[in-house]
Amino acid sequence: MRYLDEFGDPALAAGLLAEIRRTVTRPWTVMEVCGGQTHTIVRNGIDQLLPDAVHLVHGPGCPVCVTPLETIDRALAIAARPEVVFCTFGDMLRVPGSHEDLFGVRAAGGDVRLVYSPLDAVQLARELPDRQVVFLAVGFETTAPASALAVQLARRDGLANFSVLVSHVLVPPAMTAILDAPGCRVQGFLAAGHVCTVMGTAPYEPLVERHRVPIVVTGFEPLDVLDGLRRVLVQLEAGRAELDNAYPRAVRAAGNPTARAAVAEVFETCDQPWRGLGVIPRSGWRLAPSYAGFDAATRFDVATISPLESPRCRSGEVLQGLLAPTECDAFATACTPRTPLGAPMVSAEGACAAYFRYRSGP
Amino acid sequence: MCLGVPGRVEDIWEANGIRMGSVDFGGVHKEVCLAYVPEVEVGDYAIVHVGVALTRLDEDAARETLELLGALDAAPGGPDRSGSP
Ligand code: SF4
Repeated sequence: MRYLDEFGDPALAAGLLAEIRRTVTRPWTVMEVCGGQTHTIVRNGIDQLLPDAVHLVHGPGCPVCVTPLETIDRALAIAARPEVVFCTFGDMLRVPGSHEDLFGVRAAGGDVRLVYSPLDAVQLARELPDRQVVFLAVGFETTAPASALAVQLARRDGLANFSVLVSHVLVPPAMTAILDAPGCRVQGFLAAGHVCTVMGTAPYEPLVERHRVPIVVTGFEPLDVLDGLRRVLVQLEAGRAELDNAYPRAVRAAGNPTARAAVAEVFETCDQPWRGLGVIPRSGWRLAPSYAGFDAATRFDVATISPLESPRCRSGEVLQGLLAPTECDAFATACTPRTPLGAPMVSAEGACAAYFRYRSGP
Repeated sequence: MCLGVPGRVEDIWEANGIRMGSVDFGGVHKEVCLAYVPEVEVGDYAIVHVGVALTRLDEDAARETLELLGALDAAPGGPDRSGSP
């Protein structure tokens, strides 16, 4: 067992698809929140194998896509400073800021380094005591525990040359915003399984109750996505709205209490701007006052930031599931992964990039 | 960035006061932080995200899910459903 290949088994997928066809009698619109699931769906053509009555829309669950332009511009300004070693995940390199990207800063001589983990940035700070090491802490509830641990270790080891630029985002408030938006078509959700490995399933109970919408915690392999969909559709057809866990091999109801405790110590909830979507109340984490000394945004005084988004990019509508990437005028013409106008064309988890890679070629 | 991946824990040690381990991701071996999964032992599978293990993979639950899915019928109508709408 490797717990990857088995969950891509074509025979079992055929069984699930047949079961879905037997289940569905009416049109339904279901959103998968997480960009990892979007990637699985588009790569395997799951949306095209489903009955026509099932309409999948892609949600805002791509951390690269929703990191605010203001944060990207601030990151670019900090990364350009001569004393700074700027550490980031690889998929943030090409994210367009108002005028350039981190790749451009590096080409112009900035010390921008790719790290696999926030803990690698802490190690760099230990090794380079004369430099200022800054980590760009972006991502959902899955990434925040690693960022929290990095900050805790930096404090424990007295690393005065380590700081973080924080833009962590939370999934349930974004789902609430989507459900509250006028014209919302989403009738059921696949919730992001790995977010639930940390936070547990409880945060979704109020959503299920208040909006009468089925939510199924779902994994990332093809069979996981199909089974999550099947369970949402069974509920919709029966007129039920419940919270269900289709990913029990990874998700416990209580999540990971150790990781949650670390996050609660280092971060506090804040109103957070999402790129393309605007401010969503209580949807972000920033450093708690007791860790404010590690905030790169206050440590480095950069000139006033005035973000300037490409007027052609319609990522806000794409991220809310209101527009398919292929319906954007710039898709695959002015906007490609090499010349992205918007963040969803950059990351493998971005809906525009997934469509470009798997749907626009010959 | 956001893709958590399951891997098999091969070795566990402590470095700098932090629980660390070596994890095999289908032949690629990486050093991973195990601080958040105190229950994980050598031979277990864990889901790892940006160098930090977030959860132990429950192998019994995985097998149960596969068995349930295996019981679904791939035939378009399904033999037992002939009377259902
Ligand atoms: S195709 Fe490009 S310009 Fe259009 S919404 Fe996607 S990222 Fe923005």
